[in-house]
Amino acid sequence: MEPYTLSELMVVAAAREIRDGDIVFVGMRLPLLAYVVAKSSHAPRAVGVFENGVLRSTPARELLFTMSDGPNITGALSCFSMLECMALLQQGRVSLGFLGAAEVDRHGNLNSTEVDNHKGGTVRLPGSGGASDIAALSQRYVALLNHDKARLPEKVHYITSPGYGPWRQNGRLQQGGPAAIITTKAVLRFSSEGEAYLASCHPGVTVEDVLANTGWPLAVAPRVKKTPVPNKRELRVIRSYDPEHFWTK
Amino acid sequence: MPKKSTAQDEKLCSLEEAIGRLVPDGASVALGLQLESMIPFAAGHEIIRQGKRDLTLVGPISDILFDQMIGAGAVRKVVAAWVGNVMMGSAYNFRRAVEEGIPHPLEMVDHSNFTVALGLHAAALGVPFLPTYTAGGSDLIGRNPDLVEFEAPFTGETMRAVRALHPDVAVIQAQRADKYGNTHLWGNLGVAADAARAARHVIVVAEEIVDPKVIASDPNRTVIPGFLVEAVAEVPFGAHPSPVQGYYNRDNNYYSEYHRQTKTPQDFGSWLDRWVRGVKDRQGYLEQLGAERVEGLKVRKRALAARTDFGH
Repeated sequence: MEPYTLSELMVVAAAREIRDGDIVFVGMRLPLLAYVVAKSSHAPRAVGVFENGVLRSTPARELLFTMSDGPNITGALSCFSMLECMALLQQGRVSLGFLGAAEVDRHGNLNSTEVDNHKGGTVRLPGSGGASDIAALSQRYVALLNHDKARLPEKVHYITSPGYGPWRQNGRLQQGGPAAIITTKAVLRFSSEGEAYLASCHPGVTVEDVLANTGWPLAVAPRVKKTPVPNKRELRVIRSYDPEHFWTK
Repeated sequence: MPKKSTAQDEKLCSLEEAIGRLVPDGASVALGLQLESMIPFAAGHEIIRQGKRDLTLVGPISDILFDQMIGAGAVRKVVAAWVGNVMMGSAYNFRRAVEEGIPHPLEMVDHSNFTVALGLHAAALGVPFLPTYTAGGSDLIGRNPDLVEFEAPFTGETMRAVRALHPDVAVIQAQRADKYGNTHLWGNLGVAADAARAARHVIVVAEEIVDPKVIASDPNRTVIPGFLVEAVAEVPFGAHPSPVQGYYNRDNNYYSEYHRQTKTPQDFGSWLDRWVRGVKDRQGYLEQLGAERVEGLKVRKRALAARTDFGH
């Protein structure tokens, strides 16, 4: 087996969430690479949506640092406005969105606005961007973040992007919610009641380790799986796209 | 509407004059409307140099320009979905202003990208608000007075109303325009078209001024008709370090250098002296950047669109 980094494992876990034919709000960082991996293997017909107004049916030919970089425009399927991308989302046409966050809680609510500085004040984070929209309106979403107790509190400090809650009981938001949380230790999934549970541990991580680093009594699947490791081909795709390991350090 | 300009007026002027005339202290200014591309850095720097105060900055996301204007003390309020350094994460001046009131207290009105786009679109449509499903379940509701829940007519369901956003000024960075302000844009358009219609005054900053015949040859690309525009300035490389499709690439190193060089107010002061206060205009900035670096950012491989026949 070829050695891999934790980031590469997370990229491949994210890629597996993309189904063939999905309309995916891609985002940057690890999900960008996940889209490239998925397109090259099991999801060749997936279409990427970028909230600046770009649709792509093929990955950009060079590594992107932002979604508005030149290579993401050249050869795009379509370039239009942010409102038109968001319209696709609100109509329910976007099957999957990827998000990052500073905090996630037991119902999959995400915070990227502000966190406690533990001195009676707050640390201001950049804010929602499109995250709140993607969480509310995509058919399902997947969040990626570092796994430690401070970042997985029972209740997030501020709900930037809604997970499961009363707002999912009826109306338009009924058809969405988090499908998975991919952390640096594990993959969490959600029960039909909208409660997170431990679905798989990354290689070398124990269930006890995950529970000790989660800020609430995390439910555990009857049979916790091992998160699949990246194969040679997937690693080749990731490394040829990001040879300097900018996003997978 | 206060617009008095017409399609026949010539609007060419220097960026210095455009900012001096159309951006008073206390104005609300929309900029960064094509997200990480075509960010009007030259215009933002000119606003800083002219010592403007108490501005409200409006935009979907801001990739370090809002941070610079906040650190320079020009800003009282931000209406946006995201403020930071896209490649590197947080931006220090924004954090210092919100967390510690340095150099001034900053009022932050949090939006999502969709609600910013809807607010500008409502203004562009000439209506006071637009309904949406987004922001349901989010703490944006309750914190942002311009998002309120209401019961929708016809269906009775709970929706959110987004109040129309009317910036005093929109600064639109563009590839090319003519002297009348008719403006061609291509690539990702973000919220630029709606912002130009929502704002009371529009400044266009173009990479090049071209003959009106060039603009008229391709009317689908005329995203902003000249009668909406009050001033057009020709500023090559005016968006650096952000990219302009067909002209130059993103200067990624500049963003990581900015991240490293602005960790304290003192460091940011030195940064500002070097890149903004210590230069007279964009030409001075480009000299600071150096010819080699400028040359290295230019488009390496052309990708021309197929010819389009507008004949009849």
